[in-house]
Formats: sequence, C-alpha cells, structure tokens
Amino acid sequence: MSGAIVSAQGLVKEFAAGNQVLRAVDGVTFDIAAGETLGLVGESGSGKSTTGRLLVGLVPVTSGAVRLFGETVTGPGGAARLARVRHRMQFVFQDPQGSLNPRMRVRDAIAEPLDIKGGVSRAERGERVAELLDRVGLPQASADRYPHEFSGGQRQRIGIARALALRPEFIVCDEPVSALDVSMQAQIVNLLLDLQERFGLGYLFIAHDLAVVRSMSRNIAVMYAGTIVEMASREALYAAPQHPYTQALLDVVPRPDPDRIRRPALAGEVPSMMNRPAGCPFAARCPRVQSLCRSETPLLRGIAPQHQAACHFV
Amino acid sequence: MSVLAVENLTVSFRTDAGWMNAVEDVSFEIGAQETLGIVGESGSGKSVTALSILGLHAAATTRIPKGAIRYGGQDLLRVPERAMRRIRGGEIAMIFQDPMSSLNPVLTVADQISETLMLHQGLTRAAARQKAIGLLDLVRIADAAHRVDAYPHQLSGGMRQRVMIAIAIACRPKLLIADEPTTALDVTVQAQILDLLRDLQGELGMSVVLISHDLGVIAEFARRVLVMYAGRVVESAPARTLFRAPMHPYTSGLLAAIPPLDHDVRRLPTIPGSIPDPSRRIAGCRFSPRCAEVEPGCRTAAPDLMTVGEGHLARCLPRLRGRAA
Repeated sequence: MSGAIVSAQGLVKEFAAGNQVLRAVDGVTFDIAAGETLGLVGESGSGKSTTGRLLVGLVPVTSGAVRLFGETVTGPGGAARLARVRHRMQFVFQDPQGSLNPRMRVRDAIAEPLDIKGGVSRAERGERVAELLDRVGLPQASADRYPHEFSGGQRQRIGIARALALRPEFIVCDEPVSALDVSMQAQIVNLLLDLQERFGLGYLFIAHDLAVVRSMSRNIAVMYAGTIVEMASREALYAAPQHPYTQALLDVVPRPDPDRIRRPALAGEVPSMMNRPAGCPFAARCPRVQSLCRSETPLLRGIAPQHQAACHFV
Repeated sequence: MSVLAVENLTVSFRTDAGWMNAVEDVSFEIGAQETLGIVGESGSGKSVTALSILGLHAAATTRIPKGAIRYGGQDLLRVPERAMRRIRGGEIAMIFQDPMSSLNPVLTVADQISETLMLHQGLTRAAARQKAIGLLDLVRIADAAHRVDAYPHQLSGGMRQRVMIAIAIACRPKLLIADEPTTALDVTVQAQILDLLRDLQGELGMSVVLISHDLGVIAEFARRVLVMYAGRVVESAPARTLFRAPMHPYTSGLLAAIPPLDHDVRRLPTIPGSIPDPSRRIAGCRFSPRCAEVEPGCRTAAPDLMTVGEGHLARCLPRLRGRAA
C-alpha cells in the first residue's frame, strides 16, 4: 500500500526456550497508513503484543522486514535508521501502574521523553507539560502528584500524555483499556479517537475484545498462534466474519442482553508455540475442522475486496 | 427462602482524615440457587460488601457500625472468629480476580486444594489428594491426575482460575462469591469460566454472587442485579427489568458505555469523571457531579431508595418524581 507509514513484511520472531525454539510470530504482514488504525485482536499467546514490539524495535526480528516512515529499520544498517525515526513513534502499555516510575512526579514522567531528547528550555518544558495535561483531560494540579494518587483510568491518561510528548505520528497501543472498568474504557477510547483526529496519529491498537476494537479501528487483523488468520476493513469483518476463530471471538463478547443464549465457549487455549503440529494452527479447536486442516496449513488469501482469510473452507 | 440476607450494612475504614464509610446502608437477599449480580465501577463498594460477608476486613482499620448479615439463623457480624472459620471456605466460599496472587506460588495444586479439605473435612493427605483430582475433573481441567502436581506458574491464567474455583467448591458451599472472576482474562477464557460457573451452580445447587464492573458479564449470568455507586445501592431489579428499563442514570450510563458489536459509533457515550474518593463529602445525590440529568434539588437532598416496580428499587430524584416512596 502506498502511503503506509508502517509496514510489516513477513515478520517472524523466535525465542529460545531451553533447547527448544518458540515461534511467537510466524509470518505477519500488514500496512498502516497515516492517521489510520489497525486493530490487532487475539488471545493471550497469539503473538499480538510481540508483533507490536517488533514493529517499534523493542525486540529484534528473527526474519522479515519492518518499514517505518519509508525507512527499512530491520536488516543490515537497520539500527541506525531506526534511531533516526524512533522519536516519531511511541508505545502505550496496558498497565500504566507498571510503566510509570512510582517515585517520579507526573510532571517529570510526562517530560522525561523531552529530557532524554534534550534541547528543551525549562520554560518550554513547563509549557509543554501543561499543554499535554490539557490534551489528555487531566487537571493542571496533577503535575505535582505521584502516579499512585490516580485511578487506573487517570494513570492511562498520564501514560498517553507521556507518549504524546515528542509529537509522534504513530503509537502502538498495547491493550490500553483491558485493565480498566467499562466506563473508563469508553473514556480512554474516545480520548484516543480525539487525539487521532487532531494530530493525524496512526495506531496499532492491540486488544482481545472485538467490541472495543470495532470502536477504534479502520482495519482489523485477527491473530492466532503467531499468524494472521483474518484481516479486513471494519465494515467487511463485522458484516461477514469468515474465519471460524473470528466468529468464535465475536460470539464470546459479553452483551448486555440477559435473554441472549450464547453458544458454549470455544474450548481449550492457544496451543504452545513449540512443536507445532502440521496444518492449520486452529484445527484442534475448530468446530468446522476437516482432515485437510490437519495436514495442510491454509494461507492468508483474498476472499473479497478488503478481506483476507486463512481457512481452507471459506 | 433466602440463604443470606444483608441488612442495612455500613462499613467504615480508618483513613488519615478519620473514619469514612466505604459502604452505607446496603441491603439485599440471596435466595437458594439464585444468582445475584453486583455491578459498579472500582470504588463503588461492591468488593467491600463481599468481604464483609466473610468477615475478611482488617479489624484495626475497619468498623461495621450498623447492619446485620443473616445466615442460617445467625448474624455473621456477631459470630465468633472460630465459628466464622468453619463457615468461611466451608459453607460460604469466595474466588477473586487475580488467581496468581491468591494461590501460593511454592505449593502444588494438590497441596492447595488439600489444605481446604483437610481443614474443613478432616481428610487425610492421601484422601484429600484423591479428592483434589476429582475436583480438577469437575472444573474441566484435562489430565487432572497429572496437573494436580503442577505449580501455579506452570498453568495459564484460565487454568489458575479453574484451580481457585476447585478450592472454592471443595466443601460444596451453599454460597459462592465470585469477585471479578474473569476481569483479568481473555474474552474466550472469560466465557469458559462463566460457562463453568453456571454448570457448577446447577450441579452443586449453590447460590452465587457475581461481582463485576461489566454489565455484559452480569447479563450472561445474574437473575437479579444490584447496582452500586460510591458505597450505596442506587438500583436493584430482576435482570430482565434492569436491562430493558434501567431507572437510574448511572445504570443507563454503564449500559451505554459498553462498546456495541453490531453497529459503528463515532464516539462511545461516557459517564464523565470518576467515582469520588470516599473522603470527599458530596451533598445530596452522590452521583450528581457526574450526572447528565442533574437538577438543583439533587445537590441538596440525598434521594431514598424507592420502589418503582415488581422487585425494582431505585434512588433518583428527577427520574422518580411523582412516585410515592
């Protein structure tokens, strides 16, 4: 896709686990355009967080390529090019409690990226902190307080303010609302949407809940066991989900309707990424499994405009 | 016939600024095999209420100046600690949000389940181990005879919550209190755990109190719902009534904030602000600073809980105007 600010090409990440190899990400490809959001959905162990980390260089790729703002930041010479574009992207974590230094006042936590970059006067620094607090809807008096004095939702606002400090163009949001109450989730989702509109931010929005992802994303990729099993525009995915895993994920979203009878939840968990059996990674849990699924791995292929799925039977 | 009745419960905590009510004048009943959902944001008092039932508050920093918890002809607030120990874990059991911090990391699953069985049922270690394997089967853990020797860190989050449930049901409790049992879990595992709790409730004939911040989770499970805000019950109703015709603006706000799955919205409706700190005194209705329907009268008088229909109570001045108390 032209106009992509972020592009992942066949990303693979392997971790050593004792004398075995764990393949956490197994050939992931996608693009994100300026000002757009790709929602990345899957269960724990699907490889979605690792994908986010690979994208911004927090962990090195085993193979595959990442292009950021036109620069290939993987492979030979990639580190130097990554250093050049690093300030243009940021990361927002699930747990602001764990990502904020408890002994640092909010003012200093938010200004830390500026301090590290350097060349900012005291006056500018103060102004910028005030402006950032305002952008994320925190009162100015917050600047002199410590993270523990805030609720989970407010701490996530602090984390977002800090991520905005260097005026990034792209942010990886790794489950930013998963630990929050429903009411706080809605506030943070709206804040991220407001900021996107105002600053033209691109997001990779990682979540395990397809309902939250719908309100955030232009395009959605569903991950399972290290691979993308379905990728589509929001319209296409929710109107006609194709992969049995996507359908199962949609079915388990709790809905405020006491008369709804949900099908029994998908049994089991994401398989271990070690000693993966041949065939479709979802075969062991799939309600529509056939013998072909256990021998041949389905590839992600176009099934309609703006819609790809990796299943032999769609 | 109710299994447990909470009457006008008030719980105060000692803070730097003096004693503050974390829960105020809360009443509800749980019938045999009934499921009661308690919903509210962090700080609404729902967990404090649950912990009071089991007498799990720190004595030095907690007071219960008012109320009673009726269970089997006694008031649990006045039962001696020795007797309470038999009830807790035996007749009334609880599971918590984070199984990792409730399980002992250096004991195997067998050890942790056996502890309860040896304490409450006087089983020998060998008999308790056999029964532990049976309990793991009951909570649908595959390969129970092997998994029983695992340590908590060797299990997934969903598995650990199943182990917690196995410990909780080990003595066939009459009442199970589940405090945000699925909040830290993936949606798929959440659905599995809710399915399991529903099955076990039927198999064991337990009553269940399910505490959650998510009305979607409550809708899957509860027959009756209590909505709490800043330490008080603001609405209580049969589930169907609550979801079809919510009466309190806070309930409406919580419902609206759930992201829709079947249509797109430009922005999600939100409840502005957050639950006030208990040390902040709010005159009148405690929800009034965040309420879209607030009127001057809301800020002066605290509204009473009024009956609005069959088993349906709510506490809101503007919405209940003209109705008799």
